[in-house]
Amino acid sequence: MTTTVVETDVDNALVADQAREIIAKVDRPDLIFRGIIRTSGIAVLTVMSLIGVFLAYRAGEALNVAGWSFLTEQAWEPDSGKFGVAAIIVGTVLIALVAIGIAVPLAIAVALYISEYAPRRLQSTFVSLVDLMAAVPSIVYGLWGLFFLQSNVTGVGRWISTYFGWIPFLSVKGADPTDPLSPSTVYTSSTFIAGIVVALMVAPIICSIMREVFSQAPSGEREGAYALGSTKWGMIRTVVLPFGKGGMIGGTMLGLGRALGETIAVYLIISPVFIIQPRILESGTSSVASLIALRYGEATNFGTSALMAAGLALFLMTLVVNFIASSVVARSRSGAESG
Amino acid sequence: MASVNSVESRRSTATFRLTDLYSLVGAVVAALSFSLLLFTKILPFSGSIGFVVVSYAAFIAIYSALVSLEAEGPIIRDKIATVVVHSLAFLMLLALVFVVVYTLIRGFSALSYLNFFTQDQSRTGPLDPLSSGGVLHAIVGTLEMIALALLITIPLGISCAVFLNEISGRLSRLVRTIAEAMTALPSIVAGLFIYATFILIFGLPKSGIAASLAISVMMLPIIIRASDVVLRLVPANLKEASYAMGTSQWRTVWHVTLPTARSGLTTAVILGTARGIGETSPVLLTAGFTASLNADPSRNPMISLPLAVFNFVKSPEPAMIARGFGAAALLMLLVLLLFVIARIIGGKAPGVLSTRQQKSRERQSHDDAVRMAKSSAEPTNTDTP
Repeated sequence: MTTTVVETDVDNALVADQAREIIAKVDRPDLIFRGIIRTSGIAVLTVMSLIGVFLAYRAGEALNVAGWSFLTEQAWEPDSGKFGVAAIIVGTVLIALVAIGIAVPLAIAVALYISEYAPRRLQSTFVSLVDLMAAVPSIVYGLWGLFFLQSNVTGVGRWISTYFGWIPFLSVKGADPTDPLSPSTVYTSSTFIAGIVVALMVAPIICSIMREVFSQAPSGEREGAYALGSTKWGMIRTVVLPFGKGGMIGGTMLGLGRALGETIAVYLIISPVFIIQPRILESGTSSVASLIALRYGEATNFGTSALMAAGLALFLMTLVVNFIASSVVARSRSGAESG
Repeated sequence: MASVNSVESRRSTATFRLTDLYSLVGAVVAALSFSLLLFTKILPFSGSIGFVVVSYAAFIAIYSALVSLEAEGPIIRDKIATVVVHSLAFLMLLALVFVVVYTLIRGFSALSYLNFFTQDQSRTGPLDPLSSGGVLHAIVGTLEMIALALLITIPLGISCAVFLNEISGRLSRLVRTIAEAMTALPSIVAGLFIYATFILIFGLPKSGIAASLAISVMMLPIIIRASDVVLRLVPANLKEASYAMGTSQWRTVWHVTLPTARSGLTTAVILGTARGIGETSPVLLTAGFTASLNADPSRNPMISLPLAVFNFVKSPEPAMIARGFGAAALLMLLVLLLFVIARIIGGKAPGVLSTRQQKSRERQSHDDAVRMAKSSAEPTNTDTP
């Protein structure tokens, strides 16, 4: 008898060392709860994939007709079978690039100012201000661009094209810098002006991401740099900027994604043309989103399908940009902590 | 998200000497006089923007020359970087504030008429003065659309975020990936989707419901993503404590996870609302256009504030443009209000309580302590099962 008891004790000890299998009994309320949240997850999944599938399905009709010329054709006349995204994609990308080119230096400066230079007491005020600016509706920026910028910035466009017109994309066709009475309308409604407006719109978004990662740079490394006799700028250059590199790239890409998809502000400013127009200071450009807003009302069934195809191209572009952004942020040192 | 970056706070290492001030002021004065001379006497330049740019370049050059008189290498670079960062940051903040102030100022002339808030545009032509007509129809439209959109997105978005956090597995990973991808969806494409399905395929008329569906499609990924991040920040030990007491999963979510993340979830919803309320393009494609008040979202065209702005400013008449600015200013004030509410409620990390909540918790806990002390003083009570 005693031996068996000892044996079972040994057995028990062995069993206790191993991980026990835990079987949690799920009771009815929990089952219902899980069912509900799973349903909502599936519902979201369905809606979201439906958008992609539906876009692709409706776009298919137009893409079948256009074939590969959809990517190379510049005109947009779906009902005569002559349509393609070459011109509008170039326009969209150029506007977004001008916007990013202006927004990124400004966003870096504001982010550095808020996280490194601003007085402590004012820091949270500036953070709120930038976040608020990111929430200002795009139509407000569009109004400002249409009524204020359009009339005030043509001089800058004229100046740049006069002195740097030898660079191909900065030249302006039909402008005569030597003639002081030449009309300034060739400088309005340009890629450049649309780009400035979109830049102001995306700069707060880029800035708030950059500020977030800059402020996460470890104090130990900051003080280490100071202890080695670094100046403040030296510290920023060797600690803060390398630490925040992932966030800077990610934030820029995120801003690029928003800039590509912007509709109304661009629509209000540009005058649409359907040829590849690489001269950014000259009047006339186009973008995918503003094309959809411009043409959806008068489109026939096939025309809508063509617009869907353009929308799909835009969506794929922003999707790729966003995907790159999130993978860059997730892989960077600062992104690993911020999640 | 407001983050607590580190336990120890950063120390300020800023130093400022009187000579720095002298060189700054000296450089500003020298740069201004230099470019004034350039613009008025020497070169055929003109224009205020050009003047500012030339003065700025001159300022940077003169300032670096002044600094290099008494310092070297890294210190010069530090000083130049400091002024460049300060001036660029100042420029951008100024530009952003200017955009807002410009709209408010130009919108003021319309906002100062009371009828702007109480009438619609049905009896007002483009040439009528501002004392007639208003944007009541757009205000009602915006509020109804956003209310309907919130009715869809809050339950669906938050329960989907709970799903992402509570049930792990391949399905929730897939949903998370898709939801994140959908934040890239351009708003016009969301509008185009509803336009092509709801209106072209189902043959339903353009209406407030169609517009609110388009806004919902756009807001849903934003709300899911933000709520997902907030729910992930809820400390695991709180949830584990709840499970250790033998609570079921849904009670843990209902009584621990969601209340802990409440302020963050509210912020997520409000920021999503601010985005949704200001979107023009989905509404443009789905709501149609009307100049008269329509309070029924299921029938007839409806209009929202941003769409009203868009339609007003397409007209060349000054009165219509003034109305457009008025509507834009109103929209911005609405967004500002939402934002302030979000700041007051949110911005706190999960589990951090306001002073009032803190006090009520203390009172509850004190009551519990008194009750327990009482029950342990009467031993017969503890014995009964």
